[in-house]
Amino acid sequence: MKVPITVSVNGRAHAAEVEPRLLLVQFLRDVVGLTGTKIGCDTSQCGTCTVLLDGVAVKSCTCLAAQADGSAVTTVEGLAATGVLTPLQDAFWEKHGLQCGFCTPGMLFAAHELLRTNPNPSPEQIRHGLEGNICRCTGYQNIVRAVQAAAAAGGRA
Amino acid sequence: MSVTLTAPSPGRVFGSGIRRREDPRLLTGTAVFTGDFTLPGQTYAAILRSPHAHARIRKIDTGRAKAAPGVIAVFTGADSDATLKPIPCAWLIPNSDLKPAPYRPMAKDTVRFVGDAVAVVVADSAHQAYDALELIEVDYTPLPAVVDPQKATEAGAPQLHAEAPGNVAFHWTVAGGDIDAAFKSAAVVIRDRIVQQRLIPTAVETRGAVAQYVPATGELTLWNTTQNPHIVRFIMSVVTGVPEDRLRVVAPDVGGGFGSKIAQIQGDFITAFCAMTLGRPVKWVETRTENYVSTTHGRDHVQDVELAATKDGRILGLRATVWAGMGGYLSTAAPGIPTILHGLMLSGPYQIPAVKEDVYGVYTTTTPVEAYRGAGRPEATFMLERLIDLLASEVKLDPVEVRRRNLIPAFENGHAVVTGLSYDSGNYQGALDKAIAHIGYESLRKEQAAARAKGRHLGIGISMYVEICGLGPSQVAGAVGFQGGLWESAIVRFHPSGKVHVFVGISPHGQGEETTFAQIVADELGVAVTDVKVVHGDTDNTPMGWGTYGSRATAVGGAALAVATRRIKDKARLLASHLLEAAVEDIEYAAGKFFVRGSPDKAKTIQDIALMANVAWNLPQGMEAGLEASSFYDPPNFTFPFGTHIAVVEVDPETGHIEVKRYVAVDDCGHQINPMIVEGQVHGGVVQGIGQALWEHCVYDQNGQLLTGSLADYAVPRADVLPDIEVLSTVTPSPHHPLGVKGIGEAGTIASTAAVYNAVIDALAPFKVRAVQMPLTPERIWRATGGRKGA
Repeated sequence: MKVPITVSVNGRAHAAEVEPRLLLVQFLRDVVGLTGTKIGCDTSQCGTCTVLLDGVAVKSCTCLAAQADGSAVTTVEGLAATGVLTPLQDAFWEKHGLQCGFCTPGMLFAAHELLRTNPNPSPEQIRHGLEGNICRCTGYQNIVRAVQAAAAAGGRA
Repeated sequence: MSVTLTAPSPGRVFGSGIRRREDPRLLTGTAVFTGDFTLPGQTYAAILRSPHAHARIRKIDTGRAKAAPGVIAVFTGADSDATLKPIPCAWLIPNSDLKPAPYRPMAKDTVRFVGDAVAVVVADSAHQAYDALELIEVDYTPLPAVVDPQKATEAGAPQLHAEAPGNVAFHWTVAGGDIDAAFKSAAVVIRDRIVQQRLIPTAVETRGAVAQYVPATGELTLWNTTQNPHIVRFIMSVVTGVPEDRLRVVAPDVGGGFGSKIAQIQGDFITAFCAMTLGRPVKWVETRTENYVSTTHGRDHVQDVELAATKDGRILGLRATVWAGMGGYLSTAAPGIPTILHGLMLSGPYQIPAVKEDVYGVYTTTTPVEAYRGAGRPEATFMLERLIDLLASEVKLDPVEVRRRNLIPAFENGHAVVTGLSYDSGNYQGALDKAIAHIGYESLRKEQAAARAKGRHLGIGISMYVEICGLGPSQVAGAVGFQGGLWESAIVRFHPSGKVHVFVGISPHGQGEETTFAQIVADELGVAVTDVKVVHGDTDNTPMGWGTYGSRATAVGGAALAVATRRIKDKARLLASHLLEAAVEDIEYAAGKFFVRGSPDKAKTIQDIALMANVAWNLPQGMEAGLEASSFYDPPNFTFPFGTHIAVVEVDPETGHIEVKRYVAVDDCGHQINPMIVEGQVHGGVVQGIGQALWEHCVYDQNGQLLTGSLADYAVPRADVLPDIEVLSTVTPSPHHPLGVKGIGEAGTIASTAAVYNAVIDALAPFKVRAVQMPLTPERIWRATGGRKGA
């Protein structure tokens, strides 16, 4: 049995018939073909698959594709669609908030969610806000700096 | 020549913290990692892994799996055994009675760890492959397991390999000085047992491979998440029989490694085998739970250690016996890690007249152990730094004072130590002084005393280290049994427009060499960083390289690049002399321009030269066209970065909670090409070491079942439990390196575990706690203090 769904991804409607068990992250990567969203675990711990679902950050491994029917998803590919980096992307670049870059797409959306709900977070609040996302390279310090810089610039993702 | 190009104003970019060139693609989701590749006709592999730590395979029934929807093929070890040779161990340490046992890409008769590969399903989709895995029936006869490396050597322990009686894979010894005399004359002897717990590297990208085989030509291409694509080609060729000239390995963007992407693991070969057998592209990407059993682990030492000293705290000798767990098989570089990279660094930054260490590499029914960030050196640094703190406590001296009394004095060009190595340069006292001054050591001690009086428990922990990196002289590599060279190579190619391509053998995976290598070229040749493209990772278009590990990419690969750029400059100078009609001795070079001495306006930019060299309209007699140079750089010695780290913690003895309040790192990696990147390496390294001290532990039960088999169970540090790290440096250039650099990738991890551990034990001094097993979880601290508020 397959389920017909239509999901708007980065402003484009994608209609597909999917298995009920298909995860949103698998839909994005394997059906839509946007591989910027990463998979780093199978227990919803790492946060690399974080995207925006109707404007709210979700781990796209915790959501079935069928649940996203009729929703709008933003992935990392949708952030700098015009070629200009967003303030958060630019701050991650400027503050060396990434090394291997594998966790970065998810980290950008975790930071976006933090700034959406708290535009001027303290370093402690930033650290708390990012604790659902794992980065093994940076020790998080420069990610915190990047989020601070983006907040100071009034930016979101 | 009428066509000239404007030279950009380069400035000095070596030493500046410029933004990384690799970041825009990583920030926009356009970077391509191994799992992102999908080829025409793509198929998907899922691997069935042993649920037993040790068992005989009696029968495998694949019938139902083969009939499942979408399944293209199911293979077992019986199918692959005729094609795939055993996975070779590539570090055959000499004089150690090394006994490598056959390590099959798929187990045939016996499995030796939970996760040992047993069968593979290839299907039209990953879901179908995983569904069919559950239909394979394997009849096992369980055998007894053993997970503790010391217990595995005891009489009556389960035996893993007929080749290795007592499970001993090797016994290696390092000795220097008169160790018996040292202990005989010692007024003080400190003894300890240290367990360096097993860790899981946990690169956020798991391992994986995409293999494509063209039956008509016999060509195999492997996209592989690896730290060393050229070594992959070499070993893949040995195992699959595909000749190296028909093998292409591509390391695309790679999501972290930390040592876990050095070794070739079973899944790589199984993926290649499936593609070769089916003639269709096959993709295999580990799940995280699969990664935790199938990709290599790190550390896993049991150490019995003794330190001989005078009663005024001067070290006379260090003696140790180490049981190093190897897992079920010897991984690619495994034997070299607890020996060459550990035993030879036993004396650290101290003057120790005598050392002796016996290292037993031991087979256990666990996932194979390999390099994990620091690889051998954290285990040596921790041992020394623990013993020195215990010595300080015994002789009632401040831990800083005991260190001062034993440090090797500053040296600029060579210092022989008791293990036989010659350190390149060092100023250990300088790093210690800087760290102490920055953190305000004296006032911290007063603060600690005042806090104790009020029932609060602050601790201050010091860790000094010197490490060996920049591996290394190839002659030495051969002498210590490394089955390869350790040189690096680079090609620098100027295009007619003055833009530059650099092709290197090393293959970064987060360390930023696309930027730092461009900085080297920009600085040497006077071109803009943005005009230099660094190409790496594809064995078909890059020169040979031996990989990115052991903090060697910049130390050795950067040196190769510097030498190649200087060759470019030599040729450019000859051409400038011809074009400017001046003697070559009269041509000077500065900031991208070659000019006639005394007439700076008579000049040619490097871009002018590149254009003329490429069009070749007017070259001196006998000069070849083009402006390109290559080099093969074999370092004359290793490099030896060093530093001092200090951690300040507060421990709540009632709950066992530990807070790291401050962390100061002073590291000396010689000249820094990009201080921003250096700082980032220190941050990440320190946090991994803190992780070992406080949270991380790969736990097996006595049956060899992995209890920390997912990210829900294995405690990788998260942002909210970490301090800001205060990063400082001193600069003591390597005397033998063309750029004076040393390497910084592992320093943080090597130093930080001991700094935090020492701080916690210092905090618990009123409770007379001498040692607590890592990781220092709240429960263990609470048990050590008895939950008392005060002593």
